[in-house]
Amino acid sequence: MAAIQVVRSEWTKIRSVASTVWTLSIAVVVTLALGMLISALSKSEFDNLSRNERLSFDPTFISFAGMTLGQLAMIVFGVLVVSNEYSTGMIRTSLAAVPQRGTFLFSKIAVATGLALVVGMVTSFATFVLGQAMLGSHRASISDQGVLRAVIGGGLYMTLIAVFSMGVAAMLRSPMLSLGILMPFFFLISNILGNVPATRKVGRFLPDQAGSRIMQVVTPVDDDTPYGPWGGLGIMLLWVLAALVGGYAVLKRRDA
Amino acid sequence: MIEAVGLTKRYGDKTAVYNLSFQVRPGAVTGFLGPNGSGKSTTMRMILGLDNPTAGQVTIGGYPYRKLPNAPRQVGALLDAKAVHGGRHARNHLLSLAQLSGIPARRVDEVLGVVGLQDVAKKRSKGFSLGMGQRLGIAAALLGDPQVLLFDEPVNGLDPEGILWVRNLMKSLAAEGRTVFVSSHLMSEMALTADHLIVIGRGQLLSDMSVKDFISANSADFARVRTPDTEPQLREKLSSALTGAGGHVLPEQDGALRVTGLPLPRISDIAHDTDVRLWELSPHQASLEEAYMRMTQGAVDYRSTIDQKAGLMEPLPPGAQPPMPVPGQGQPGWYAPPPPQQGGQPFAMPQGQPGLPPAGPYGAPAGPGAAPAGQPNPYAQPAPQGAAPARPTAAPAQPSAPAAAPTKSEDAR
Amino acid sequence: MIELEGLTKRYGEKVAVNNLTFTVRRGIVTGFLGPNGAGKSTTMRMVLGLDRPTAGDVRIDGRHYDHLHDPLKYIGALLDAKAMHGGRSAFNHLLCLAQSNGIPKSRVHEVLDTVGLTAVAKKKAKGFSLGMGQRLGIAGALLGDPRILMFDEPVNGLDPEGIHWMRNLMKSLAAQGRTVFVSSHLMSEMALTADHLVVIGQGRLLADTSMADFIEQNSRSYVRIRTPQRERLLDVLHGAGTTVVERGNGTLEADGGKAELIGELAARHQIVLHELSPQQASLEEAFMRLTAESVEYHAHSETPPAGPWGAEWRRS
Repeated sequence: MAAIQVVRSEWTKIRSVASTVWTLSIAVVVTLALGMLISALSKSEFDNLSRNERLSFDPTFISFAGMTLGQLAMIVFGVLVVSNEYSTGMIRTSLAAVPQRGTFLFSKIAVATGLALVVGMVTSFATFVLGQAMLGSHRASISDQGVLRAVIGGGLYMTLIAVFSMGVAAMLRSPMLSLGILMPFFFLISNILGNVPATRKVGRFLPDQAGSRIMQVVTPVDDDTPYGPWGGLGIMLLWVLAALVGGYAVLKRRDA
Repeated sequence: MIEAVGLTKRYGDKTAVYNLSFQVRPGAVTGFLGPNGSGKSTTMRMILGLDNPTAGQVTIGGYPYRKLPNAPRQVGALLDAKAVHGGRHARNHLLSLAQLSGIPARRVDEVLGVVGLQDVAKKRSKGFSLGMGQRLGIAAALLGDPQVLLFDEPVNGLDPEGILWVRNLMKSLAAEGRTVFVSSHLMSEMALTADHLIVIGRGQLLSDMSVKDFISANSADFARVRTPDTEPQLREKLSSALTGAGGHVLPEQDGALRVTGLPLPRISDIAHDTDVRLWELSPHQASLEEAYMRMTQGAVDYRSTIDQKAGLMEPLPPGAQPPMPVPGQGQPGWYAPPPPQQGGQPFAMPQGQPGLPPAGPYGAPAGPGAAPAGQPNPYAQPAPQGAAPARPTAAPAQPSAPAAAPTKSEDAR
Repeated sequence: MIELEGLTKRYGEKVAVNNLTFTVRRGIVTGFLGPNGAGKSTTMRMVLGLDRPTAGDVRIDGRHYDHLHDPLKYIGALLDAKAMHGGRSAFNHLLCLAQSNGIPKSRVHEVLDTVGLTAVAKKKAKGFSLGMGQRLGIAGALLGDPRILMFDEPVNGLDPEGIHWMRNLMKSLAAQGRTVFVSSHLMSEMALTADHLVVIGQGRLLADTSMADFIEQNSRSYVRIRTPQRERLLDVLHGAGTTVVERGNGTLEADGGKAELIGELAARHQIVLHELSPQQASLEEAFMRLTAESVEYHAHSETPPAGPWGAEWRRS
């Protein structure tokens, strides 16, 4: 069984369902629209900011503000790619065709990751460009130090969020269960943990908070984060790997 | 009693049911047959007032369904076994239905017992198998102890024990004087269950008569005759004598003869006169399936067939004889093919046209994707070394398959 | 060829499949029968490597399923017509299966044509009726032109024309020397299709025998005779030690007798026979007799009572 065959097959699968187009389009549109809106608002608020806040003003990071919502669509994409197999019963047909479960799972994830990477990069660059246009005189330039890293990092961040969701979905199998856990986790729990002083130190090791560090160009004045941009992405990567290993272990062990 | 008069249903341009008039009488099981897409479900839905007829009307006991006083106690129906809220317990599902029509709760437990679901009454129905869902649907139909019952494919998903049970249930419901109207695709099942048949095709009435009459009208009775296996010449002798006496003789798969046009005693006499001993002489009636196929052959919507299967075409295993075509034993070609229609292949002939090269890239010379001669078939099984004991004949035969295919009567079965 | 050896599957306490050993041979249609819950589907899933046996072994042409290179070219299976993504078109569903096993696209068109779905190839599978879904599943099984085919309830939802077609398809696949393994609840259909039967109940093997032997062993068979020389025939048959029962209108029933022997006897004694028909119980009867103890959900045999409760509320 050549892995390339399975990759082609998974590409056919992913491009032939409507949910792929929907979830990815929503991710792009929401990220861009919200990013532009917040960039525009930030520009008009700039004059009211305190000195410290002005020192921490990060035009690059602000243009990525839409990702807090846009990543939810990426999570849905990642979950559906994997758990649709289970919820439709297709998994039995798929595993009968590709009994090597590792090949099956990782071909699927590779294809979906590739697609998410393309969409994530395009979104990241687009939201940066549009956001900076909104920021007018306060804008950052792609040639400024750290900005290109942040923009590429934004694309990687969206991709890794999707891959993490795939791993979780492979462990949990059910789309409702996976979304029911991931959505509140990233939208609420991570925020709460990050904003309550007692839990902040724990919160910043969560995948989204650690990963989003790479999109910051200007370090906040009172920042005491124990890792840098790439360190943060590394922490996120560890989460992703853990989810994938867990997903593979479940698929390998359990009956289809 | 269900009565349809000039019942017609159009969806836009498409006429699903056209000018259908029939009566379903009490005290008998009436089968409702027709190919997929012939309008059976639409008719059932109109009977139950779920769809409005474009023209004509259908009444139950003289009233249209929606005007029936207390309809749930007069009519019970199983239309779609999955039309149940999956998260609800089986018992609660029935209880909610019962409460809607003022049926006491103990009747719920009664019908659960009748369909054999009492042990799983407290389970959520989404964990149910198709067969269990079907039993739950039947329980709901029986709930109001109705005089009129409609079942759409009731044995779907049931196991043999369940099938037998449904068959007996329907018969006994009819024996109690109720009206039982049941649709099914399973001819052998209908033959055992129904007393009367209503057959539709393309939305129009094709037949409305008793099962017995239906079979006689649409097929011929025949006699099965077997002569001693040990002396094949006796078979030839009898065969020609029977033909000489005006009978029509066809060979059957197992070596017996199928004789039409002669009564049994006459066959017996001819055998005696020609000095042929008989090992079997039995009267047979064609099956309901055969009769049905003859009647509806012009009215099939989705036509499967022709396995043009150039790829599935391989030489017969060594020693196998190309079988003689045997009528009525599931062999294609027994039913006269209908006039060719647009887009459709002649009915029930899963075989290639003799004389035409089979199409397809699988070892066929004329297929659109066929590899040029000499080039290995890209799709041919790569016959891994020593790994495919089941393909001993296939691999070496592959190159010769194209030449053999059109003449080999592989496709004549 | 499919070989099962000591195949066992436990889910916790419950034993779904218990020490099954049998071989499905090539060139014939082998029917796989058993009541609901007997373990048929579990067995089929284990053949395809979807479920792992607790003990024992299944081999496809001598190899484990997950050691097959491009398995769809060895064994095609229809397990569940709904085992597909409803949002995908019929064509794309088959295409992704074909690609995973290196089967060319042209074969997808071919099998769609074979099952009669070409006209709806671009339609999404969720709009399909049960019968159409079934046809799509059958197309998937045929995709790799495999030597072994396995079908679970293949005629479910098909109309009579489809049932007839499926029956012929299975027979012709077997006649080409392929292995055909098919489960069904429809005894009358099995009787017309299968040559050999494997029957299980509560996970255990109950029978592994030819169709004819199965019916013979599990039911009463007799020969029905009509003759104008009833008395003479009775004498002759009694003399030969055959038990004969007289039925109404001049019909005799010879228990357990062989029609050919009676035919020879009659010929020797110059007795004219107007009927000589071997009668056998149906496969259904034979099956019921064999599996009577291993049925899971027993329906009550009585019919819904139009009992006192009915009168009570009907009056109100």
